[in-house]
Amino acid sequence: MNAAWPLWEVFVRARRGLSHTHVGSVHAADGETALQAARDLFTRRQEGVSLWVVPSADIVASDPSAEAELFEPAADKAYRFPTSYVLPADVDHM
Amino acid sequence: MSQAEFDALIDADERIEPDDWMPDDYRKTLVRQIAQHAHSEIIGMQPEGEWITRAPSLHRKAILTAKVQDEAGHGMYLYGAAESLGVDRAELLDRLHNKTQKYSSIFNYETPEWADVGAIGWLVDGAAIANQVPLCRCSYGPYGRAMVRICKEESFHQRQGFQIMLTLSEGTPEQKAMAQRALNRWWWPSIMMFGPPDTDSPNTTRSMAWGIKRYTNDELRQQFVDATVPQAELLGLAVPDPDLVWNEERGHYDFGEPDWDEFATMVKGEGEIPDLRISTRRNAHAEGEWVREAAVAYAEKQQQRERVA
Repeated sequence: MNAAWPLWEVFVRARRGLSHTHVGSVHAADGETALQAARDLFTRRQEGVSLWVVPSADIVASDPSAEAELFEPAADKAYRFPTSYVLPADVDHM
Repeated sequence: MSQAEFDALIDADERIEPDDWMPDDYRKTLVRQIAQHAHSEIIGMQPEGEWITRAPSLHRKAILTAKVQDEAGHGMYLYGAAESLGVDRAELLDRLHNKTQKYSSIFNYETPEWADVGAIGWLVDGAAIANQVPLCRCSYGPYGRAMVRICKEESFHQRQGFQIMLTLSEGTPEQKAMAQRALNRWWWPSIMMFGPPDTDSPNTTRSMAWGIKRYTNDELRQQFVDATVPQAELLGLAVPDPDLVWNEERGHYDFGEPDWDEFATMVKGEGEIPDLRISTRRNAHAEGEWVREAAVAYAEKQQQRERVA
């Protein structure tokens, strides 16, 4: 493989009605050939009905060292979950 | 894709995705419905938002803040789903602001007492959930997926509302009376949230044929009444409908006819409260203009610096 080919992230829609999900990456010279490579690499066994490829360099990711400050504050907000509201036993359908 | 392929997908109860060919009317119907739904979410922040500073405890303030924040989020999910149909979010907001697109008229009622916050969660969100759960299976993929997220979050909304009503109902006679007044105010508007009766709902048949709607207005209304009346009994509150009675034969509650003239008036969106809702929204948008401009200016400056570096 030519090292000059950029990296592309690959997303597969498993079936209609579901979101595209990230499955991995391929190297390819352009979007069109990245799609072909992704098709050959990730959908040989009917894994999906639609493919997206996105240049890896275009993905902006959160800083792993910021995980705590970004995501931990949600932990002490239990009131955002329905389970934190105890309802009388007779109440169903809620 | 062609009309025949589209029809085959719909007949097979498959989902339509953004890149698929679709009839113009299907697209237009979805844009109108999803936009109205998104507008309702963000306008719905107002009647409850008014109570954040007056909620009776820090805990209730935190809950209500989280709920209003969720409503904003639901609006964003839905505007995103609408944009997948090729419309522009800024244009949808313009159409909300210039009143050429509507939001649910349920948000044009007043919330004069704390118990209204409870009744909104219990009844209005309860009715919204009854409407929205079948929309998770909507034939248009992005709308259905947005609804899955929203329904998960709505469950907390309804429960916190019911819990407010339960606390008030178990409280002093004054508190219980306040809960009853809120139920009296919100019962009929909630019943009317399901839209006009089936005999007067011209678009239902087509929306159901397209798999956008799964149940008729009257079916959903019945389902809501059946689920909610036992909850009112548990609260020890009286549903303000003299015609409400369990029908053993049907296995459903019979109930009275809402005031459809009031509904028609509310849908027009005229009057003091609708004007307040729209002017509040317009002002918020206008007051945020400098922030949007500053963010773009900052991004441009960063890009220039990167080019220089």
